[in-house]
Amino acid sequence: MWLKLAALLTRPATKYFFIALALVFPLVAQNEYQIYVMASAFVWAIAVYGLNIITGYCGQLNLAHGGFFALGAYTLGLLTADYGWSYWPALVAALVMTAVVGFFVGVVSLRLKEHYFAIFTLCVGFIMYLLMDKWEELTHGPVGVRNIAPPNGFGLVDFTDTTSIYYLVLVFLVLTMWFIGRLSRSLLGRTFTAIRNGDELAQSLGINLMRNKVLAFVLSTTFAGLAGALYAGMVRFIGPEDANVLHTFDMITYLLVGGIGTLSGPLVGTMGIVWLTQSLQFMEEYRMILFGPLLVFLVIFFPRGIVGSFLSWLHRRTQGEAEAAAKTQQSRGTTGRRVNNNA
Amino acid sequence: MNILLQNLINGLTLGSIYSLVALGLTLVYGILHIPNFAHGALYMVGAFMTYFFMVDLGAHYWIAMIGSGAVVALLAVLCERLVFHPLRHSPPIHDKIAAIGILLFLEALVQMIWGADFRRMSSPFTGVMNIQGLIIPEQRALIIAGAAVLVVSLQLFLRRTMTGSTILAMAQNREGAFLVGIDANRVAMMTFAISGMLAAFAATLYAPINLVYPAMGHLVIMKAFVIIIIGGMGSIPGAVIGGMVIGFSEALGGFYISNDYKDVIAFALLVVILSIRPQGLFTKGAH
Amino acid sequence: MLRIENLTKMFGGLAAVKDISVEFEANQVNAIIGPNGAGKSTFFNLVAGSHKPSFGHIILDGEDITTLRCDYIARRGVGRTFQTTNLFEQASVLDNLIVGHRLRTRSGLWDVLVNSRRLQQEEKLSRDKAREALEFVGLSHVENRFIADITQEERKRVAFALALTTDPKILLLDEPAAGINPEETQGLAELIGRMKDHGLTVCLIEHKMDMVMGIADKIMVLDHGEKIAEGTPEQVREDPAVIEAYLGSDDDAAA
Repeated sequence: MWLKLAALLTRPATKYFFIALALVFPLVAQNEYQIYVMASAFVWAIAVYGLNIITGYCGQLNLAHGGFFALGAYTLGLLTADYGWSYWPALVAALVMTAVVGFFVGVVSLRLKEHYFAIFTLCVGFIMYLLMDKWEELTHGPVGVRNIAPPNGFGLVDFTDTTSIYYLVLVFLVLTMWFIGRLSRSLLGRTFTAIRNGDELAQSLGINLMRNKVLAFVLSTTFAGLAGALYAGMVRFIGPEDANVLHTFDMITYLLVGGIGTLSGPLVGTMGIVWLTQSLQFMEEYRMILFGPLLVFLVIFFPRGIVGSFLSWLHRRTQGEAEAAAKTQQSRGTTGRRVNNNA
Repeated sequence: MNILLQNLINGLTLGSIYSLVALGLTLVYGILHIPNFAHGALYMVGAFMTYFFMVDLGAHYWIAMIGSGAVVALLAVLCERLVFHPLRHSPPIHDKIAAIGILLFLEALVQMIWGADFRRMSSPFTGVMNIQGLIIPEQRALIIAGAAVLVVSLQLFLRRTMTGSTILAMAQNREGAFLVGIDANRVAMMTFAISGMLAAFAATLYAPINLVYPAMGHLVIMKAFVIIIIGGMGSIPGAVIGGMVIGFSEALGGFYISNDYKDVIAFALLVVILSIRPQGLFTKGAH
Repeated sequence: MLRIENLTKMFGGLAAVKDISVEFEANQVNAIIGPNGAGKSTFFNLVAGSHKPSFGHIILDGEDITTLRCDYIARRGVGRTFQTTNLFEQASVLDNLIVGHRLRTRSGLWDVLVNSRRLQQEEKLSRDKAREALEFVGLSHVENRFIADITQEERKRVAFALALTTDPKILLLDEPAAGINPEETQGLAELIGRMKDHGLTVCLIEHKMDMVMGIADKIMVLDHGEKIAEGTPEQVREDPAVIEAYLGSDDDAAA
């Protein structure tokens, strides 16, 4: 019976149920702060979906992700606050900026193997932080950027209101998840996964390593930029601390807890940890005392995270049952139910 | 002229610290192929342990340093046994993520116990030496001398003792080492212990002329990684030379070019080097 | 079909492969044997493009592929298996195989965004190819099992299926029979025979002499990076140079 319920979770229609839940949430939330927390979680989830493309599907640990998030935020922030741009064009500019910078960083760094790539991106992320902190003429330095424009509702909607920005971010999250879902099931997504399994093997299958790795990287930085720009429009104030490597580590934690390389992993992980942190309010400063060992524990025992482990378990159980059923009904010749392995 | 010499001394000081930290990192990477992102946290814990022994327990500087070295060595061995050993067959990405988990945990723990404030640590060597108009603070001289002693001791240990040579053997030829009966577990634990000890000593030497705070390991660890990539993963001379290169670049660059951006020097160097030679400067690889 | 001319690979001062020239004909099973360290895997790596040769030429069906990159060579029709294959453990067998046909498809990011006809067709094609290859190696019944749940020998066959989905002209098999029992080795030999029947050219590195002698049309023997013998199994079996390489000469034994 639990198995049937669990299998239900992987059916494509289930996502409408969760979308409905998300739509209703602001009505049942106890206060505006909760709506705000949920909206921030959505924003971070978008960034983590980006990280999932390069690190989850393509297997390269990108430690500059937080830097690109901040790059998106700063691009939008500076354009609207300093140069008077309106929100939506600035958002597009933020996407272009993170894509272009991502392209150049990717082209240089993705020739590096494994550990070198991680270290290199760690340094790139740090350089970005340093520039945001020290280049005062451009970025205002440690003071940060204030009075960032909220999304432009064209007179119809006021996006300074928490609930309306919640719905806006939700729309972007759903779009993101839709795109990533498409990607992961497609030949392109499978190409990324093949690269994760091994460079040599992927090449022997005729896969152009650099082109695909750079594509995955640019996609991931663009999503980071999108999240950063949404964040800037929501919070209306950003500073160099938003580029701190700790944010990258946070996102890695969300991704690993949820399930690296899975479709709902980034969302589950982000939601789970953000809300867990909220309920451990007193411990927020020191939450890493809990999450650090949790991360280590998961990496050793459940490297596929919550969603990944769940999917593996589910597949094995349904596969086991299907094969048992097939054996007892040999004359019928069933070959087992196909489980949707992409939840 | 004097100012130049002064800067060179600073460079030598910085280089000595970086070399020690990079040394620990390169040993672990060269022998066990683990990039220990938590090494900066070990460095930081080393500083706090010394602070604890000296300030809270009233011990003498040298005693505190040895105590701190012992504690961090033990901590490093714990990391190896509990975290890296179980992950030895997993994809490399898991090592890195686990190291990040350790790093986050240690920083949060230290912050919870001691708070996030910057602390000062004193040492018995607050005097200054004056050699022909050249002002050399005693602590800096101590750093340089201390680092030299440690590097030489390490080389002697690795090359002249039985236990040391087992470590070198594993680094050169893993399979061969097993065949000869060398215990990989012992070597792994020893390597981590040594790396932890070196980090703690480096932190203890440097802290009196710097500040002690939970995030103090961040910059150092990144530069240490840059150093071992430049100097060659697993190469001891590489770590020392690389450390000196970065130390001098920062001291001179910070003074003559820009103090704000001096931290970028190491990373800019890395970006340039890896863009031209993706395999690092001194890797002998068949490609 | 595959002509090798004076192939040489130096690593530092050491020649891993030295001046090898050989011709492999189409639709034959060719074996490469030799003591450990003879340069057999290096030879494969050179042909498949993982390493660049120091000297020499590799000519596939009249085209010089010597300097081509690994993935281009794969597209030219060179499929290969490795001694250890990294398959995605937590995905089904079929899921692992679909990407094999990718190199014959052209869909890109845009196709994904708009879910184009081309993408849908190519995905169906890849899936069909995967099923075909799986049936060829006789593993259709484990199509939905996770890789983690199938046996070592089944995994090897999945690796072959993967190479087959690339629609190769020639297949390089690196020690395919390593670590499997005699009965499974026999099954493998039959599979290779079927590949030949289907028009493929096979090149394999193998240590199991019985199997090699049984299925090979031509054998090349390497020792210390050089070719020391070439011919049919009977010819190679009698060749004194081969016997010496493997067993040491009589003179050595006497002294």
